[in-house]
Amino acid sequence: MMHEITFHGRGGQGAVTSAELLALAAIDEGKDARSFPSFGPERRGAPVRAFARVSDQPIRDRTAVRTPSVVLVLDPSLPGLVKVDDGLRADGLMIINSTKSIAELRKLFGFKSRLGVIDANKVAREVIGRVITNTTMLGALVAALPLVKPESIEKRLEERFGRLAAKNIAAFRRAQQECVVQDAV
Amino acid sequence: MAYQNARPKWTELAVGTAVTCPGSSRATKTGDWRSARPVWTNEHCVKCGVCVIFCPEGCIQFQADGYPTADLDYCKGCGICPHECPTGCIRMQDEVE
Amino acid sequence: MEKRIGIEASIAIAEAVGLCDADVVAAYPITPQTHIVEHLSEMVADGHLDAAFVPVESEHSAMSVCCGTSAAGARTFTATSSQGLALMHEILYIASALRLPIVMSVANRAISGPINIWNDHSDVMVERDVGWVQIFCENGQEAVDLTIWAFRLAEDPRVSLPIMVNFDGFIVSHMVEPLFMPDREMVKAFLPPFKPLQRLDIDNPISMGPVGIPDIFTEAKQVQQHLLTQAYQPIVETLGEFAKVFKRQYKPVETYRGDDADVLLLTMGAIGETAMTAVDQRRAKGDKVGLVRLRLWRPFPFEDLFRALGRIPVLGVIDRCISFGGPVGPVACEVKGALYGRKDHPLVVEFVAGLGGRDVTVTDFDKMFDALFEAKRSGKVPAPVLVGLRE
Repeated sequence: MMHEITFHGRGGQGAVTSAELLALAAIDEGKDARSFPSFGPERRGAPVRAFARVSDQPIRDRTAVRTPSVVLVLDPSLPGLVKVDDGLRADGLMIINSTKSIAELRKLFGFKSRLGVIDANKVAREVIGRVITNTTMLGALVAALPLVKPESIEKRLEERFGRLAAKNIAAFRRAQQECVVQDAV
Repeated sequence: MAYQNARPKWTELAVGTAVTCPGSSRATKTGDWRSARPVWTNEHCVKCGVCVIFCPEGCIQFQADGYPTADLDYCKGCGICPHECPTGCIRMQDEVE
Repeated sequence: MEKRIGIEASIAIAEAVGLCDADVVAAYPITPQTHIVEHLSEMVADGHLDAAFVPVESEHSAMSVCCGTSAAGARTFTATSSQGLALMHEILYIASALRLPIVMSVANRAISGPINIWNDHSDVMVERDVGWVQIFCENGQEAVDLTIWAFRLAEDPRVSLPIMVNFDGFIVSHMVEPLFMPDREMVKAFLPPFKPLQRLDIDNPISMGPVGIPDIFTEAKQVQQHLLTQAYQPIVETLGEFAKVFKRQYKPVETYRGDDADVLLLTMGAIGETAMTAVDQRRAKGDKVGLVRLRLWRPFPFEDLFRALGRIPVLGVIDRCISFGGPVGPVACEVKGALYGRKDHPLVVEFVAGLGGRDVTVTDFDKMFDALFEAKRSGKVPAPVLVGLRE
């Protein structure tokens, strides 16, 4: 089956990087994968999307993801501002970076799908020292859904982040522990 | 190959219609474009060489006596040399005269 | 040995140019070609590529520099898109007339206005008649492979013409995808050193680009027409040689599930991949649909197209561009022109889709197949369809 993942973030938070890291990890595992930004001008701070597709079969689709099976929300201020669950499949998964509880999020925004939550800002601030939540959110993702092996992501984190790799890997691991997931209601 | 006087078939053209023999400019005398020629009055010439430098054809040269003159095989009579001459010693003379 | 890696297509294309040991890269950055040029400039600055990187002030200058360096005997590469390609326009004719084997990546993008940085084919369709070899890629692997191949073809002494390697802006250029990256030894085995037919050389002076008087000009144009038409054979041969070394075979025209099809749809570029998914879905429902993917655009592969079409009764042609006030789609016009006077030629239904970055989805292809079946049933050709137009 093909997973289609939409990343919601703000320009500069690393949504594009996380989509790319996920695709590269999947490709390293011999799967087919794609990642791409939502094409166009890039503005720091503005809401942005990035996409990834991961599949055991050859992927033949280069269009923007419209019906994601997974949605990752990298910034706590985006739900309510952007319709983050737009097109999310009935059996899909959404993981949100938030200090709120799953119950609160469901009540506030009416989310029905399988839902994960993690305070990624806190994890990133404490472990990395900067509120860049992309690697943290990837940790939450692999904990909630075995899309790729954690080792595959870690290998890519080492390559990408050089001397900052250790901190990013630590945040990636801690997020796997702290992510809370609840089935669809 | 220079084509000015030839009528080659398309299969006979050089690669990219390049001119492959150097010296075609020398072989092609362009002085017949001229309707007027520069004439120097050497009494007023100070041999400064401004006409030599400004000639767009590069056809003005100093002679053995140090005065400049134009090679009429290539001079096109543009009139730049009298225009630039600081002493006014060059005038254009119509070819019909 | 080739390695399967995940990489952005633009970066992979730049790496491929490096594997080909380009001597000169002269380019001006323009979205969505930028990553190719950025990466090449890094490769040169970091000493990974022994080339002159010429940062010019416009695309007009980029192509002018390319003409000069190629004429001097340097293996020359550039890349552009959209308005940049348009700005090169007049120099493109010079490059082909002087038979300079420049390789150029074109990340296809719409021409403004309104201002649009996204993908379609309106930039390259304008350049149909500039005398270059022109080929279209469907994905990152093809873009890498055909860039390497392009140097071999362009520099083939039977050809010695410039070549545009087209791939869709963003949807190919910015895509991170898995591909097999050729290694240096394989490229070396495939691509001999550049031996120009002639070059600017102070010891053996020639003049390139002289005037062509009326008595010469017709003959000069016939040479270009002959060379580009005759380039077909070297193209097929060198693609075959490419397959021997790299084990990937590319043909001027490819088909997908076309053998027993009732209707065929012709695509160019990356939308062919989505179209294959649409074909599979229709086939699963029992509809005999198939694809023709036109890869080579110049020289136009007439015989390959006729073979691919067979005796198909209905053919849809997708254009990513409009010829305003004219025959609507430049590719459809070309295909119809090719079919003129042939016995049992198919009805040709024209579609224009994916303008200025609008996605062409499986659903869109589905509707196009519906229109083709309707044409087959009624025997009537509908007016050209702008796919997805809000009316």
